[in-house]
Amino acid sequence: MDFGVIERNWSFLLSQGLVGIGGFAGGTLRLAIPALLLGFALGLLIGLARLARSRWVRVPATIYVEFFRGVPLVMVIFWFWFILPVALGIALPEYGIALAAFVFFEAAYLAEIVRAGIQSVPRGQVEAAVSTGLDRAQTTRHVVLPQALRNMIPALVTQFIVLFKDTSLASIIGYVDLTKAAQIVNNREIRPFELYLFIAVIYWLCAYGMSRYAGYLERRLATA
Amino acid sequence: MNYRFDWSVLWTGQSGAWLLQGLLTTLAISAIAWIVALVLGILAGALRTTRFAPLRALAAFYVEFFRNVPLLVWMFFFYFAVPSLLPQPLQEWLFNHGAEFSAGTAALGVYHGARFSEMIRAGIQSIPKTQLEASLSTGLSVAQAYRLVILPIALRLIIPPLTNETLNLFKNSSVALTIGVAELTFQTRQIETYTAKAIEALTAGTLIYLIICLAIARTMARVERRFAIPGMVGSPTES
Repeated sequence: MDFGVIERNWSFLLSQGLVGIGGFAGGTLRLAIPALLLGFALGLLIGLARLARSRWVRVPATIYVEFFRGVPLVMVIFWFWFILPVALGIALPEYGIALAAFVFFEAAYLAEIVRAGIQSVPRGQVEAAVSTGLDRAQTTRHVVLPQALRNMIPALVTQFIVLFKDTSLASIIGYVDLTKAAQIVNNREIRPFELYLFIAVIYWLCAYGMSRYAGYLERRLATA
Repeated sequence: MNYRFDWSVLWTGQSGAWLLQGLLTTLAISAIAWIVALVLGILAGALRTTRFAPLRALAAFYVEFFRNVPLLVWMFFFYFAVPSLLPQPLQEWLFNHGAEFSAGTAALGVYHGARFSEMIRAGIQSIPKTQLEASLSTGLSVAQAYRLVILPIALRLIIPPLTNETLNLFKNSSVALTIGVAELTFQTRQIETYTAKAIEALTAGTLIYLIICLAIARTMARVERRFAIPGMVGSPTES
């Protein structure tokens, strides 16, 4: 055991690996946070589309969700890795590929959260809104979504924890996140036990902290 | 988009054999890890509902630590770090007998065991306390009451979320490619490497995953109907 290896590489692991400040275009948080925001925007559209009246909107959205939920994330990352450069005709950095893969993959899961959130709004709310003269779009925007979003918050935090852990898989295409940073250091220092235990503790601190926060939000929203 | 499709790469050369071999490895690692996860999950889930605080704390530590760290980190940990802690003869034996597969199975099983246990705990907690009290009053010991009364009910109640988590385990077995287990995703990459036909290879792998996921969901739905407890509506836990 020699935990000096952590001390020597402390700033590389945390600022480069976890946050993303450093020589590489990397960072776990720099990938996870934009992926959640963009994924939520896409997930909101798909979630709404799954509840649409028109079959032509609903069925493609359902297929999208079922497809991405039936395929391993590793596979999706490889798909984007091979397809994006061919489809766009340009070479993309790992960051762009990883971000795209996570946005489209997470959108499927986030769409399900959006759908559950919307369906948790009592039917009477919609009827009341319509009876005041609002049209369907207005009802959705002013009455249903504000309440649905509130109901979604704990599930969104939980999904962010999943996403946060999943970003470790971006390292398989060479993206320098926390896991890859540990690998890089390990290649030089050959201290697998200390290094992997250290990043496990870092991941744990972040994820466990967030899950406690999700629990707190859930309790607070339940009583409010 | 300038890409020349050539689907014949999937049935010429060794592609078919590779895919089949990959599928079998994926099924094997998933099945063994599933059993490990279920055993650990039942054990930790049951311990978390007992009165004895040290055991409860031990189970809580296992669950919270393992499920809040990425599976990939556990893969690396079990493959690169754990063997160095084992005695020399055991290390040699492991590396002569496919250490990748053992490490991958261990990581997958231990990670999902922590996730299984949360569902099992929720299942146990949804059973009215009187069930346990009634079993104890018939003269069963606590261990017997859990084994004969509480756990059988809990397991039947949690089949829907268990299905979801089983699918997650199956899909997560693909992470084992990072430590060199020649499972389905690994073989898909291999076909891509040899033929330079990425889209064809990925399509084949993706379709196999989708089909197996569908088959697992179907089977579990049948299991759910078979073991449904009459008079209960749906599952007591959220998935």
